[in-house]
Amino acid sequence: MKKTAAAQEIVDEFKTIEERYRLELLLDFANLLPELPERYSEHPDLLERVEECQSPVYLFVEVNSGIVELFLTAPKEAPTTRAFASILHKALNKHTVVEVLDFDDDFPSELHLTELVSPLRMRGMRGMLARIKRQVSEKS
Amino acid sequence: MPIGLDDSAKINEYAHPEVLVSTDWLQSHLGNPNLVIVESDEDVLLYATGHIPGAVKIDWHTDLNDPVLRDYLQGEKFAELLSSRGINRDTTVVIYGDNKNWWAAYALWVFKLFGHQDVRLLDGGRETWVLEGRELTTKLPAPRQASYPVIKRDDSKIRAYRDDVLAHLGGALVDVRSPQEYTGERTHMPNYPDEGALRGGHIPGAASVPWSKAANENGTFKSAAELAEIYLVNEELDPNADMIAYCRIGERSSHTWFVLTYLLGFKNVRNYDGSWTEWGSLVGVPIVKGADRGQYSAIA
Repeated sequence: MKKTAAAQEIVDEFKTIEERYRLELLLDFANLLPELPERYSEHPDLLERVEECQSPVYLFVEVNSGIVELFLTAPKEAPTTRAFASILHKALNKHTVVEVLDFDDDFPSELHLTELVSPLRMRGMRGMLARIKRQVSEKS
Repeated sequence: MPIGLDDSAKINEYAHPEVLVSTDWLQSHLGNPNLVIVESDEDVLLYATGHIPGAVKIDWHTDLNDPVLRDYLQGEKFAELLSSRGINRDTTVVIYGDNKNWWAAYALWVFKLFGHQDVRLLDGGRETWVLEGRELTTKLPAPRQASYPVIKRDDSKIRAYRDDVLAHLGGALVDVRSPQEYTGERTHMPNYPDEGALRGGHIPGAASVPWSKAANENGTFKSAAELAEIYLVNEELDPNADMIAYCRIGERSSHTWFVLTYLLGFKNVRNYDGSWTEWGSLVGVPIVKGADRGQYSAIA
């Protein structure tokens, strides 16, 4: 299992930051989740709900010429979920089908967040990742 | 010194009006030096995006749970936690949170395990405060270090362990999970992660009363009369019976425990925090599938 360079950067960032600032870093990610383009924000029915997450998070994957584009959204009342979505977006968006399908399933546990965030909450990110991979394999 | 109660008409109709305050009451008491406001959320980051001015954060997982055992923190850690949040033994504490106050009710229940006298919930929680357009701030408070005494946690009155539930079989139980979890169709809440239980169904004899029946759309509690209609008339729960409430990990049942104990005045309600994630994985304990409560008969 491999990681993209972007994902490795995120892992390093979480690893080196002092523990007391780790939640702030997570919040920064929550704030960086890109807005959905109109073709999805106006058609929420096209998006798939991630049931492993405690808050409503929806995603859609597009594959064009072997490149994966990710669209994820979650409400602002659920910043942790937004942060997880944003981390996966940064790690995987605009990468190749092969890079996404080979991506390390254990990536969420490398972020050193389990103790700060709780194992239950981490499960949501694994669910998102699994669904991204499934959509990519269906569409490629 | 305890602070005066919320004497609004709605709150006065509950059995114990001293454990609930309205957003109006809280707004008018902001800044009171004998009051500490606590935010307790499902989402660990929500507090940081903005909270009620002066509120401190207590997280159900990282603060109230033991980091190793599946248990709550002990007296020394509780004293340390509350002292760091500026709470003394006689401080009035008002707790609020997201998700219709689930985790706020859970935190209040933990405070009560340590016998904190004056701890109240904010009716409607974070959602109502926000819907009413009241102020949120990202400014972190700097609570003055308090000196909370080390209190021995008392699990005997409001907490049930699995052996207590086994000994209680045949008695009154209330299952507050979703109908699908109760029947055994699924082992976790729709749209929620599965914390893992090997079997689906419910504890024999348990009434199915999903927690959300007690809450309005905006997260406030239903009125005393509406609650009486639901729990006493429709579900025929006996306020004098020994009652055990459970859900999946004990958070939704804290909400119902609060409703039954303080809003309706039930005499003896315990929260089984092991709940379905424990019962549904225990070897050899009785389970009933389907919509009927079922009856307990001793296993041969």
